[in-house]
Amino acid sequence: MLSVDVDKALGEFTLHAAFAAAGGATALFGASGAGKTSLINMIAGLLRPDRGRIALDGMTLFDAAERIDVPAWRRRIGCVFQEGRLFPHLSVKHNLDYGRWMGRHAADPAAFAHVVELLDISHLLDRRPGKLSGGERQRVAIGRALLMRPRLLLLDEPLASLDAARKGEILPYLERLRDEARVPIIYVSHDAAEVKRLATRVVMLEAGKVVATGGVELLY
Amino acid sequence: MTPLLNLTPQDWTAVALSLRIAVVATLVTLPFGIAIATLLARKDFWGKPLVDAVIYLPLVLPPVVTGYLLLIMLGRHAPVGAFLAEHFGIVVAFRWTGAVISCGVMAFPLLVRAIRLSVEAIDRRLEDAAATLGAGPFWNFVTITLPLALPGIIAGAMLAFARALGEFGATITFVSNIPGETQTISAAIYTLTQVPGGDAAALQLVIVAVLISLGALMASEWLARRATARLHGA
Repeated sequence: MLSVDVDKALGEFTLHAAFAAAGGATALFGASGAGKTSLINMIAGLLRPDRGRIALDGMTLFDAAERIDVPAWRRRIGCVFQEGRLFPHLSVKHNLDYGRWMGRHAADPAAFAHVVELLDISHLLDRRPGKLSGGERQRVAIGRALLMRPRLLLLDEPLASLDAARKGEILPYLERLRDEARVPIIYVSHDAAEVKRLATRVVMLEAGKVVATGGVELLY
Repeated sequence: MTPLLNLTPQDWTAVALSLRIAVVATLVTLPFGIAIATLLARKDFWGKPLVDAVIYLPLVLPPVVTGYLLLIMLGRHAPVGAFLAEHFGIVVAFRWTGAVISCGVMAFPLLVRAIRLSVEAIDRRLEDAAATLGAGPFWNFVTITLPLALPGIIAGAMLAFARALGEFGATITFVSNIPGETQTISAAIYTLTQVPGGDAAALQLVIVAVLISLGALMASEWLARRATARLHGA
């Protein structure tokens, strides 16, 4: 269970967002510039809210009044960014292992094999990110976030940098992820079709404000 | 031995000493260079312009001035020098270790500049990604920042080595020109050219200096190429 209630001045407008998300896939839906990415970065711990509170599974991650601000590296929130952000100097396999190394977890070959199979990336393991296609890169990025054993997955427009064909290639993996991984997902998108297909709940943002929350029927 | 390269034992001593001083100066300044360069690239703090200026000062000051400043700070009867000698038994004046210091100081701006540029060029969003994967500041620096800055670190170390190898003004001012202790290739060449008929012997050392510099340049070029290739995936 994630609960967010934050304010943040962002250039021309002030983001003021309050919502809660439980299991399944919650979509943060809104036009470009509505503050979706800023909101995601605040949940991840990469951007500091001006006021408010963020809590996950009963643990306070941020509370301005109590002066609590858990750093990003202690939050255990997996992120998949629009541009993938794979580490260029590490092979795909080492990119996937990175979160496990940093979390000091022992190797878990079964979990590794499962994620590699889920995302169909076994033939890429020895390659460098520079040699991957856009769709392959995003799949590896999703695998990397999954293998850190996150308490929450944040997907920030993971398909936005791909063409229609590549999107179609990745969407089934995301559906499997939503149905098989027992991690709650926050999915940021400005694409209604994507959201209809993936989300179980929708939070609509407009100019930094939550204007509606509910099921996917909000989009019809 | 070829007639072209006929070095006396004293020449060889100068060559070996130059290499030792340049290598040690590079290795000793490298960690400080990386630390300062990262600090300047990443943090804003009070007095940063001053720190910046002081670090680059040896680049613009006449080397003799830098050497003289070192002498009046670290000389045996100078405040810092006397303190070090009395409490730690460390004497650097007129020793090869003093030459390491003067070469290190002269090379430092070049080292810092090269590393700073490469740290500034790193996509910080990669470090953010590493943080979300659980990398604290230290491991983030070691596993992401350092490897990504490696080409710049190699280039900086190379520049520093070359500067240290060729250093003359500050070194001769600070630690003088003592054969076997502080007489580097440059100082030996200078000495030979001051002696009637020493030109031929000086030429021998000049050839050695050219060879060492060429070798170092090619080695660094090769290393930087490999590091860049590794970064961009081969």
